[in-house]
Amino acid sequence: MSRTNVILLAVLLTAACALPFIVSNYRTFQFTLVLVYAIALLGLNILTGYNGQISLGHGAFYALGAYCAAILMDKMGAPYWVTIPAAGAVCLVAGFLFGLPALRLEGLYLALATFALGVATPQLLKYHHLEKWTGGVQGIVIAKPEAPFGLPVNADQWLYFFTLAVTLGMFLLAWNLLRGRIGRALMAIRDHHLAAESMGVHNALYKSLAFGVSALYTGVAGALGAIAVQFVAPDSFNIFLSIMLLVGIVVGGLASISGALYGALFIQFVPNIADEISKAAPWAIFGIFMIGFVYLMPTGVAGAVRLLLARRRSHEI
Amino acid sequence: MKSSFVVGLMAVALTAPAMAQKKYDPGASDKEIRIGNTNPYSGPASAYGTIGKSITAYFKMLNEQGGINGRRVNFISYDDGYSPPRTVEMARKLVEQDEVLFVFQTLGTPSNTAIHKYMNMKKVPQMHVATGATKWNDPKNHPWTMGWQPNYQSEARAYAQHILKTKPDAKIGVLYQNDDYGKDYLKGFHDGLGAKKSMIVKEVSYEVADPTVDSQIVQLQQSGADVFFNITTPKFAAQAIRKAYDIGWKPVHYLNNVSNSVGSVLTPAGLDKAVGIISSAYLKDATDSKWANDKAIAEWRQFMNKYYPDGNQADVFNVYGYTVAMTIAQVLKQCGDNLTRENVMRQAANLKGYRAETLLPGITISTSGDDFAPIEQVQLERFNGKQWELFGEVMGGR
Amino acid sequence: MDALLFQVLAGLATGGIYASLALALVMIYQATHLVNFAQGEMAMFTTYLAWSLISAGMPYWAAFVITIALGFALGALIERIVIRPVENAPVLAVVVVFIALLVILNSIAGWIYTYTIKAFPSPFPKEPLFGIRYMSAHELGAIGITLVVLTTLYLFFRYTPLGLAMRAVAQNPQSSRLVGIRVGWMLALGWGLAAAVGAVAGMMVAPIVYLDPNMMGGILLYAFAAALLGGIDSPMGAVIGGFTVGVLENLLGAFVIGNELKLTVALVLIVGVLLVRPSGFFGSVHVSRV
Repeated sequence: MSRTNVILLAVLLTAACALPFIVSNYRTFQFTLVLVYAIALLGLNILTGYNGQISLGHGAFYALGAYCAAILMDKMGAPYWVTIPAAGAVCLVAGFLFGLPALRLEGLYLALATFALGVATPQLLKYHHLEKWTGGVQGIVIAKPEAPFGLPVNADQWLYFFTLAVTLGMFLLAWNLLRGRIGRALMAIRDHHLAAESMGVHNALYKSLAFGVSALYTGVAGALGAIAVQFVAPDSFNIFLSIMLLVGIVVGGLASISGALYGALFIQFVPNIADEISKAAPWAIFGIFMIGFVYLMPTGVAGAVRLLLARRRSHEI
Repeated sequence: MKSSFVVGLMAVALTAPAMAQKKYDPGASDKEIRIGNTNPYSGPASAYGTIGKSITAYFKMLNEQGGINGRRVNFISYDDGYSPPRTVEMARKLVEQDEVLFVFQTLGTPSNTAIHKYMNMKKVPQMHVATGATKWNDPKNHPWTMGWQPNYQSEARAYAQHILKTKPDAKIGVLYQNDDYGKDYLKGFHDGLGAKKSMIVKEVSYEVADPTVDSQIVQLQQSGADVFFNITTPKFAAQAIRKAYDIGWKPVHYLNNVSNSVGSVLTPAGLDKAVGIISSAYLKDATDSKWANDKAIAEWRQFMNKYYPDGNQADVFNVYGYTVAMTIAQVLKQCGDNLTRENVMRQAANLKGYRAETLLPGITISTSGDDFAPIEQVQLERFNGKQWELFGEVMGGR
Repeated sequence: MDALLFQVLAGLATGGIYASLALALVMIYQATHLVNFAQGEMAMFTTYLAWSLISAGMPYWAAFVITIALGFALGALIERIVIRPVENAPVLAVVVVFIALLVILNSIAGWIYTYTIKAFPSPFPKEPLFGIRYMSAHELGAIGITLVVLTTLYLFFRYTPLGLAMRAVAQNPQSSRLVGIRVGWMLALGWGLAAAVGAVAGMMVAPIVYLDPNMMGGILLYAFAAALLGGIDSPMGAVIGGFTVGVLENLLGAFVIGNELKLTVALVLIVGVLLVRPSGFFGSVHVSRV
């Protein structure tokens, strides 16, 4: 990391910490959701951006994580912070298992399989044999955690800091994972799987691992999201969630860690802007925003930022 | 006419003492009353979005006519795409940033469930929610939440009772949408049949994403059922009516109120195929020729033409939105100058036989401190190939 | 036994719906090697145009032909205006543009035509043919039309120079350009044809499921599955895949697992088949060069 980057990061972090004391509780809640989406997008980016496996069904893992948290808290009385690693672990296993058959599927076929997973998710959550745990169509309402140790922050602020801490941890982990051997192996598989294989990369293992880790991230996000929203129901996790996640990583920037944050800002705030512009057809406005971003920044916001920085640097020289 | 006069008198009587002192909570002032709302203007449930639009249009009309007790209504409506997390976000925006006096007609059972706890904790009224689930009438545990329309369970119970009375040896087949709405109806139906639940020979479900319900209808026919309870939303209701007719299945057909619009369900299905269907109603169906010369429906048409010209007049949701907006206007009129959240709730629980003229004759809105279910009455009706014929008594209520 | 037969017939009827949209998906794939997620919404939108024409008093078949032409124009226009600028962007960026198109068309249709369902006329007789009550005349007729479209497409791709050129462009744009094929026009043509096929699908589907802006939402997934099951580059496969999915789904729902999970199980089965036969029933096996 260069010195400017370190300074930039420190500034960003300070701003992130100061944020809940400057803006209203409602805004704090919104930024908590941005962080939640950022983790989910980072997860999807590991799979799709770095490893080249398209997933149109990551909402399923988000839902799994959310339900893990809700069931643990509501039915078993677990404290909220326990549910985060638990949701991550469950999703890691689920993602890894889903990744095994998915190894045989490429491109479109993988897209279909994951799309199917995304479409089937609400149906599975409603399934009457699981109703005892999932609450069926009614979903589960969960309580909001209060700040511990008598800290002088309210519940919204506390949840924001908690989420921020988890986000930092997850981003640090991803950064360590992706810049090293594992990251290179994932990208080698994406760019040329035969060449990667012949260089000794264990394709099958890495690909299913990518699925598992990606699901872990998304599951952790799901659990945090459930705690923030205080409610899970099948309708929260329909196919549009999966599609929005995909839109998020493309708009934010594929194969880029910072892209996850840009993407999260996009999927959190742009629909609200669209709604402000037109009640008659908010989706049309949202679609135009999507197209506009892709036109102006085909490699995502992260790609555009990179390009801009590179250009400035070359000017300085 | 007479009853509305009485209500008017009562409103004056009630507001008189409040005139003396003006009391305001956030969202109310001498000039304005701010009301919040969420509706699905985008996404797969956007068919309901027209409710929010017709309410917006109603307040526009009201403001042009001088508002309520001299105050303009500022109706702030946000899109939640029928996604509960978004509803939570929007409800918080309405309460914490826009500082509305209360939220009104937030739409959808899951969406309202998501904010149920929050609204009650914040003590901001969650008024006249747009869902027929039964849980909104719970003044003890959730004193800040109130429903409006007749709940699904009591409607289903009315059908069950009718079946027990007219066809005690029936073999019943049920088609229901696999979500909270379908299951609520199903529960009410089971409760209504009570010990005779075994009369149901087959229950089949469908998903909103299914292209057709043809396979389900064939399954029901094959089960030998001679009574059909049809718990479906408009598109699937039309498909079910047509398919049952086409394959020659002629059960006694009960159709839920959600989908009994002549214009947007029975006409597409084919009026001749819908003869004999039994349903229930509490609103006047503007597409039913029976109300062609009705004064209230004529006024509604004028309103649509002037304030919501884009709106579809064959869509029963537009009558719904208009009627529920009239109800809240009445509540606010009763509040007078005491526009606190507590008083809004108290007046909403103090409607005594209020009558919006777009309701069916004989149906009134009544609430009290331990009754948070404004409309509890429905009347059964049978389709004769041209229009709905009401029969029997107005059911439910006190 | 009757029950089984009736479910198979009902399945064939819905299978016909999937097949007709699957054909449009195959068509666009043949031309661009992409799956267009907005295909269903484009079909829905053109069907609304047809509805407007018929409501204005135009005879059915005239509206039918004009709608196909309008569909073609819409497809070609979308390619030239919306898709062309992202030609060289990553594949996923193009997918996002498809999703954007999907939500835009859905939203605009809802805005113009509202969300209440509309009955769409059928050109076929009202009474069931040959006394088969379990398939309406329209459903049979729609299957017939789908087969006509299939044959036309097959002949087009197989025997006309234009069809060959389009396939060549999809397979290898650079080489095609070198042998003098105008790649840009071929892509626009491919989009136009796919949209025209979609327009036919929409007009055949609408009388069965009723016309509303979300008409194609549920169908798209099944059509996608059908196209892949049959082999994404084979029109014939798409149609057989469509019928297979329709019948399979009905039989599973009625006799095996109940309706609650039939979608899930049908999809698992389809993915299972693809695991064993990755190129589908009729798809050509691709050997990639290292």
